[in-house]
Amino acid sequence: MTKIVVLVKEVPDAAVQKQVDSSTGRLDRSGEKTLNPFDTHAIEAALQLKESGALDVDEVVAVTVGPSSAVKALHKAVSLGADRSIHLTDDALVGSDVVGTGYALAELIKRESPDLVLAGQQSDDGQSYAVGAAVAEYLGWPGLTQVIKLDVDGQTLTCERQAEYGYDTVKVTLPAVISVGDAINEPRYPSLKAIMGAKKKPLESLSLGDAEIDASKVGEAGRKAVWTGSQEPPAKAAGELIEDEDTAETVEKIVAWLDDRKLI
Amino acid sequence: MDLDLPDDALELRKVVRDFAVQEVAPVAEELDRTKAFPYELVAKMGELGWMGIPFPEEVGGAGGTTLQYAVAVEELTRIDSSVAITMCAHTSLGTQPIWLFGDDAQKAEYLPDLCAGKKLGAFGLTEPEAGSDAGALKTRASLDGGTWTIDGSKQFITNAGTDISGHVAITAITGETTDAKGRTRPEISNLIVPNGTPGYEIGEPYRKMGWNASDTRPLSFSGAEVPEAHLLGPRGQGFKQFMRILDGGRIGVAAMGLGLAQGALDEAAAYAKSRNAFGGPIARFGQIQAKIADMATEIEAARLLVYRAAALKDAGRDFSLTAAQAKLKTGRLAVKASEEAVQIHGGYGYIEEYPVCRFYRDAKILTIGEGTDEVQQMVISRAVLA
Ligand SMILES: Cc1cc2nc3c(=O)[nH]c(=O)nc-3n(C[C@H](O)[C@H](O)[C@H](O)COP(=O)(O)OP(=O)(O)OC[C@H]3O[C@@H](n4cnc5c(N)ncnc54)[C@H](O)[C@@H]3O)c2cc1C
Ligand SMILES: Cc1cc2nc3c(=O)[nH]c(=O)nc-3n(C[C@H](O)[C@H](O)[C@H](O)COP(=O)(O)OP(=O)(O)OC[C@H]3O[C@@H](n4cnc5c(N)ncnc54)[C@H](O)[C@@H]3O)c2cc1C
Repeated sequence: MTKIVVLVKEVPDAAVQKQVDSSTGRLDRSGEKTLNPFDTHAIEAALQLKESGALDVDEVVAVTVGPSSAVKALHKAVSLGADRSIHLTDDALVGSDVVGTGYALAELIKRESPDLVLAGQQSDDGQSYAVGAAVAEYLGWPGLTQVIKLDVDGQTLTCERQAEYGYDTVKVTLPAVISVGDAINEPRYPSLKAIMGAKKKPLESLSLGDAEIDASKVGEAGRKAVWTGSQEPPAKAAGELIEDEDTAETVEKIVAWLDDRKLI
Repeated sequence: MDLDLPDDALELRKVVRDFAVQEVAPVAEELDRTKAFPYELVAKMGELGWMGIPFPEEVGGAGGTTLQYAVAVEELTRIDSSVAITMCAHTSLGTQPIWLFGDDAQKAEYLPDLCAGKKLGAFGLTEPEAGSDAGALKTRASLDGGTWTIDGSKQFITNAGTDISGHVAITAITGETTDAKGRTRPEISNLIVPNGTPGYEIGEPYRKMGWNASDTRPLSFSGAEVPEAHLLGPRGQGFKQFMRILDGGRIGVAAMGLGLAQGALDEAAAYAKSRNAFGGPIARFGQIQAKIADMATEIEAARLLVYRAAALKDAGRDFSLTAAQAKLKTGRLAVKASEEAVQIHGGYGYIEEYPVCRFYRDAKILTIGEGTDEVQQMVISRAVLA
């Protein structure tokens, strides 16, 4: 029997303009919120492992660290097919950095002792691409990122991961933490029945104390990354427009341009 | 007073929106151009429970509400009317009569496949010479030896002629009665006619102004025979029954008008920001801004009316007047908003590559089908002047 934990995060809706609140140095997360779209791929991957029988999965558990509103992201996760969910929420978590979040998630995962942890490749707001790795580090488990194909053979997973040039094929033995790339699958839509049934699936809400998590390692108290300032990225220099009046001449101009830059 | 949608309806809205944008939008133009019925989309919507939203789970439905149904119809129509009317007519007109008036055997036989979207249901009320005056029907059915024999014709019927159409529920004259004033009146009843019944002929689809990917056909019955048990509801109650079906159906069609208007506004606003004239986007012109402001305002007002009608129905309260008002308001709004959206697009709005062109053609039926504007005015004025 296998248990899969999926890490899910609540993020501002894609349509919401994201800004840093300069007084706190944190992302302004007001407005409409939603389940991190990248995490739907992790849920889908868990469900496909379960439904295909590749792993003998008896439970898929969605876990989040976030404010009280994050319950909605958990509802979405169970409407997509997770069996139950866990919500760690505590005022002392506010301002946690990636390492703090990874620590808290790892502690929650230890309570569940799953065989596999799946995460999205990135959050749509923080976009550190790093929480999965931090969790793996705290658990002392192998961690893989950008996985776009998963093949199971007993306790061994053969993973294809998208690398800068081409693909890496990596074998890991469970337990492991795997962040999936969004090319891994097409997430399903939740049926109306599943949407309505979401609130009926078990949701465990925990404070730091409940989960016996060390408050000095999370939130403002535990953070090692501190925001000091931000600025607009430099504007891109205007490109050079070549009007196509005489095609032979145009081609010559393009070749000369590329040649100047030693690109050909 | 809570004017916000409940969580489940909000969540459904997001999911239907995603589906419409990702699955419907890429094929809508082609379905319309080739007049192809959206079989694949119907199958997917069936799996998601959207072909039977307001029916209980015991009969195969999603166990949802009229409000959820209205929101789903709205979001589909925001992208494409043909797909929306297929789902909407199937629910309000095809499945509803069996749910409301069917006996246990009929419910058990028809509802599971209908709610799953495996079969489509149709409702045959309109005839060549009986539209608004639906009671002037000529189709007759006579009962003899446990068999109904049907003769007559129906016109403009949605969802009757697809590969997955399962049945049509028709109104027919089944005899004569005397009314309260002692006058002789035709006795009207509803009958279920399964597709494939000998003598039930489904004609070629009409060449329509819009709703091109939706199935609309004339039907004819010449000596078509169905068993006595295909009577739907009590004999002689046909008139009352179809009035009730149309009452509820108006909420669905009103949600279509709302969704179409919103879709037209979405397109118009995006275009106004991206189209340049006289040295900048046309959205900076006061006349364009006024159109956008008026559309947005009318849409918001219409939305409240549609949701109100749906919420009244869900609460088991009288919704007839509100539904008729919602239908009247949104049909006109859809026509007006799609016209303004085309206007904002200039010449491009007259070209089929732009969705507003399709929206403009799809809008007009909304002031006609399931009761014309004039019929809604009759219903509304009767209530006001009573
Ligand atoms: C009460 C509270 C308030 C917070 N306020 C702020 C704030 O003001 N500013 C701020 O920057 N951050 C805040 N956080 C969130 C926290 O800092 C982020 O979760 C953390 O920085 C993760 O980084 P990321 O979003 O870049 O994740 P990434 O590394 O980009 O995410 C990769 C994957 O990791 C998983 N993951 C990421 N975060 C979570 C999570 N929280 N729970 C479960 N799985 C997760 C997902 O699967 C995701 O796809 C708050 C958290 C809490 C509990
Ligand atoms: C695409 C499409 C799909 C359809 N789908 C279905 C379907 O699935 N099932 C079905 O049964 N029908 C369907 N219909 C038929 C539709 O409901 C009728 O067309 C509509 O009810 C109007 O009837 P009619 O066309 O006979 O017009 P008429 O009733 O002849 O009306 C003509 C005009 O006279 C006006 N008028 C009529 N009576 C009055 C009055 N008393 N006072 C003032 N004005 C009046 C009308 O408002 C209208 O302007 C569909 C029609 C179309 C075009």
